[in-house]
Amino acid sequence: MLQARQLHFHYGRKIILAGVDLDLAPGELVCLLGSNGAGKSTLLRLLLGLIKPSVGEVLLAGRPIGAFTRRAVATQIAYVPQGHAAPFPYTVREVVLLGRLPSGSLFRAPGAEDHAHVTEVLARMGISRLADRPYTEVSGGERQLALIARALAQGARLLIMDEPGNGLDFGHQLRLLDCLLELSEAGFGILMTTHNPAHVVMGSNRVVVLENGAITADGAAAQVLTPAAVAALYRIDPERLTQDPLSGTISVRAKPRMNDAHAH
Amino acid sequence: MPRLTRSSAEALPPPRPLPGFSWPGPLLLMVAAAMLLALAYGRYPLAPSEVVQYFLAAGGFAEMEPERQALLHNLIVDIRLPRVLAAVLVGAGLAVSGAAFQSVFRNPLVSPGLLGVLAGAAAGAALGMLLSGNWWVMQLAAFAMGVAAVGVGVGIAALFGHSLVMLVLGGIISGSLFTAILSLIKYLADPYNQLPAIVYWLMGSLAMAELGDIGRLAVPMLVGIVFLASLGRALDALAMGDDEARALGVPVTAVRYGVIAAATLVSALTVSLSGIIGWVGLLVPHVARLLTGPGNVRLLPASACLGAIFLLLADGIARNLSETEIPIGIVTELLGIPAFLLVLHRARRSWVT
Repeated sequence: MLQARQLHFHYGRKIILAGVDLDLAPGELVCLLGSNGAGKSTLLRLLLGLIKPSVGEVLLAGRPIGAFTRRAVATQIAYVPQGHAAPFPYTVREVVLLGRLPSGSLFRAPGAEDHAHVTEVLARMGISRLADRPYTEVSGGERQLALIARALAQGARLLIMDEPGNGLDFGHQLRLLDCLLELSEAGFGILMTTHNPAHVVMGSNRVVVLENGAITADGAAAQVLTPAAVAALYRIDPERLTQDPLSGTISVRAKPRMNDAHAH
Repeated sequence: MPRLTRSSAEALPPPRPLPGFSWPGPLLLMVAAAMLLALAYGRYPLAPSEVVQYFLAAGGFAEMEPERQALLHNLIVDIRLPRVLAAVLVGAGLAVSGAAFQSVFRNPLVSPGLLGVLAGAAAGAALGMLLSGNWWVMQLAAFAMGVAAVGVGVGIAALFGHSLVMLVLGGIISGSLFTAILSLIKYLADPYNQLPAIVYWLMGSLAMAELGDIGRLAVPMLVGIVFLASLGRALDALAMGDDEARALGVPVTAVRYGVIAAATLVSALTVSLSGIIGWVGLLVPHVARLLTGPGNVRLLPASACLGAIFLLLADGIARNLSETEIPIGIVTELLGIPAFLLVLHRARRSWVT
């Protein structure tokens, strides 16, 4: 449904992306892995049509994304940023209500239909009781849920998420991943960036690895995420990584200490 | 759906509809009531009912003794109405501009003068007084230099790529430039006639407003005010950040510069009409936010109404407190500081994020 074809992007002379091909279909949960500065955020912004590629194109339902109005794009693709702090204490409901903007008018107040839709989405995400709480006062995990609810309110089938687990404690991360899995099973296509290989193993059915502006691996988590690949990606000593053969989980050993060598 | 929060029993909240435009109704009535009171009270106090009676008689709906009617006409229409209308336009204009700027710049401490419009208009008004005793020359110069100051600020920002921070810095530079120009004009002005006139004008006054001026300036000001007040949803999206707003289908650049253009137009015209009146654009949106919450759909019209009421109150104090009229800019500052402290006390909790 969303396709990137040979995307190149550069700021001045600095090349950020060099020939990226990527597909995202409904029902898929795709994890985008890459070290800092690999070009993940730029790729997300290109896929959302927020910036134009230097070369190449992004196709939405087979047509160039630039051929759609911004509002038409917004009813099909939603951007779910990290649970940020808003400058004003909007209620959770007001934040989610913004998702009705693309299907309404810039100049008209949201109507009863919009409110009904938002009430439904809040219930679906299990955050109805937060509706009238200030968005600035709920927890990071709850903010993230509110932003996902806003994406659902947009009516979009594709969700582009920027490090959704960032800053959440272990329990909240787990529950968030469960939620994303359910959404993908319900037919939503989700592309999320993450820094945590554990998210990949638990959640997604597909992993894309971005290195130095190019995609170096794209496939099922079990094949892509070997200890050697993870070690190379994040420049760590492969000796320190082990993989649980059953779950595929990769774990890390602490750095061997100098003192240990003397003791033996 | 799985729940991220631990409470299992999730009672549905009481349905609290957010009626889009229920606020302006009662607030507009309050504005009308405040205007009526402002027309009634003054050096020669009238009962509000007399004001109503006068308007009924003037409209031909009631009888009134001709002598009495002539006196009331002089008092209400010639003396008080111009400044009441000016107070409404200036208060609403500054307040709605401030509220819109606070969302566009994602900062609750922003006021309409951020991009230099007030500094520019002040310099323009002073220049107009220096060059000519003509009232409309002063008004035109104030408007033109207010717009020019914002043009300089936005132009500086454009050199460095249009980011919000660059806009703010451009506004600071432009504001300083035009403040320096104002100082130069004051230095050059004749210290016996022109300089006092300039200084008084910059303290703000509604006393010079005439119905003719107001008729000319009201249309562009009202258009600007209504345009700003109608942009609530787009500004809510803008407050979330550029990328998010764009991803929600909002034409961010167009909305941002549309707001800057409309707020500049309105703010520059307030200086043409009444000199520099501080605090309204910063204080009133905060008071309105306490009433309506931060959602701009209700906040912007509420700010406009409360701005009008606030300035009517300030003008009432300015002309009734002592024998000689106090410049209204001084009154808004004296009223504004304790009010702002109160607001800060109430609002600070939501800012700590």
